[in-house]
Amino acid sequence: MTDASRVLSDVPPSSAEFLACVAARQLADKHRVFAGVGLPTLAVDLARRTINPDLDLVYESGVCGAAPGAMAEGIADSVLVSGAAAVLPMAALFGYVLQGGHIDVGFLGAGQVDRYGSLNTSIIGDWKTPAVRLPGSGGAVEVLRNARECIVVLRRHDPDALPLELDFCTSPSPVRVCAEDVRMVPAGHGVSTVITPLAVLRRPEKFGELEIAQVHPGTSVNDVRAATGWPIRVAATVTETERPTVEEVRLLREEIDVVRLYLR
Amino acid sequence: MTSSKVLDLPTAVSRYVTDGATVAFEGFGHLIPFAAAHEVIRQRRRGLTLCRMTPDLLADQLIGAGCVSRLVASYFASGSAGALYEIRRRVENADPDPLDVEEYSHYGMVCRYQAGAAGLPFFPLLSYAGSDIPAVNPDIKKVADPYGGPAIYVVPPLRPDVTIVHAQRADRDGNVQMWGIVGVQQEAAYAARRVIVTVEEIVEDPVVRSAPNRTMIPAHKVDAVVHCPGGAHPSYVLDYYVRDNAFYREWTAISRDRRQLLAWLDHWVDRAPDRAAYLDRLGPARWQRLKAGPVPIEPSASLRRDVSTPGGEG
Repeated sequence: MTDASRVLSDVPPSSAEFLACVAARQLADKHRVFAGVGLPTLAVDLARRTINPDLDLVYESGVCGAAPGAMAEGIADSVLVSGAAAVLPMAALFGYVLQGGHIDVGFLGAGQVDRYGSLNTSIIGDWKTPAVRLPGSGGAVEVLRNARECIVVLRRHDPDALPLELDFCTSPSPVRVCAEDVRMVPAGHGVSTVITPLAVLRRPEKFGELEIAQVHPGTSVNDVRAATGWPIRVAATVTETERPTVEEVRLLREEIDVVRLYLR
Repeated sequence: MTSSKVLDLPTAVSRYVTDGATVAFEGFGHLIPFAAAHEVIRQRRRGLTLCRMTPDLLADQLIGAGCVSRLVASYFASGSAGALYEIRRRVENADPDPLDVEEYSHYGMVCRYQAGAAGLPFFPLLSYAGSDIPAVNPDIKKVADPYGGPAIYVVPPLRPDVTIVHAQRADRDGNVQMWGIVGVQQEAAYAARRVIVTVEEIVEDPVVRSAPNRTMIPAHKVDAVVHCPGGAHPSYVLDYYVRDNAFYREWTAISRDRRQLLAWLDHWVDRAPDRAAYLDRLGPARWQRLKAGPVPIEPSASLRRDVSTPGGEG
């Protein structure tokens, strides 16, 4: 049978549509996800409409079991409250839901990611005289520490975004925690997956390094290595990322982000 | 029977917000107390320590107006929450003045308010091991677990001189009811010495008592109740009005140019003596579009319910 829903789209791998589709596919077998603003919003919405209708959405604003009727323009958008299973105070959300260990997957963005999946969302440059002031931690420290695993989506892939050394470590990998105090190492894995405009990087070992697991169409392993700030490892088997389908792109453009807030 | 705490906004602010005070303005994307912040700007308060988990347009405006010398925060909003060029000018270039920033993570701020509210000397949390944040914030300290577990980071109590929040409604005694996203407002209120609450509606005591779970801040913790409809615009108040997303988008251009920011403050704050005047300037058409349908669906339904009829709800 010809399956029209499997026709592939030609949106470029650097597009928000491509990144959101790749991110959504990571959620096929996940249960409860802590979703942030931006591409994660698109990814969780798309996943619920395609591969995982039962995905349980939790937002740091306190919303659990969100069932948004329209795309959230922010994590405190009223569309997240309408029809949600619960709205908790932040003390309960961060203390009991997140730190208490109820989140399977955290979705994070970052200015910089290092080889172990430590994240910088604070500053570029020096702390006292920053070249760029980034948003800071927000809940990122807590999400990376307490979710079972985290997926990071980057809008760029170059040695500044994936450097040998972070300008500042906002949210540490288990490797960094271990370097400080082995007894303080979290139960969770830290960053498991980094999705970029060039590749999907995976970190199969809790104390291991990111490696190139998938390259997007038109990109070679060497391209990815050249764009990474450290000599990045290559997985035993590297696959080519499957393109988004025409239907996934249509859902994103015509039903999810109709105002093109995050699709930019 | 009990004394009314209802004050007008200028009186509440002049009485409880003094120069140099530590002031928490909380409201996480919802119920943001913009009207009260504008009154602080009109009264030209100086040297404030502003506590706000997510400094947003409200912080950009207070800082732009010269009210703030120190910021205690955990996330510098951007994107759909509005770009904050005034804060960036201060932090990146000390332009026109430097801004002291004390930075935590979200849960760190929540824990600080919890410690302040409960009278605790500190509050432990599992965050910060391996992070560079404690190196730039010496108030985040690592302590031994007295029960033999791993070491743990603690944060100090946050005890604002005054906490200011906005809510759907309160009675005259100061029982404050809010619903939807309630953020950290209860903790921030209990942590403070004084509490000012602006509300969409002042209601009779039986309305509060019909739904007591909605009281997030009881009267015993509230000093001033201010009737201030529309007081959270451009943020939203669930069941009253929706977020003015266009306003947030417009802020980016205003904030980018300091002269435009000052002109905005002059027109919308200094020359608009109160929230009614501000809403007037917004224009009735725009304001009407933002106002949601008939208010509190659930509480008014519960008020109407005949107690002798067996309830059909689970």
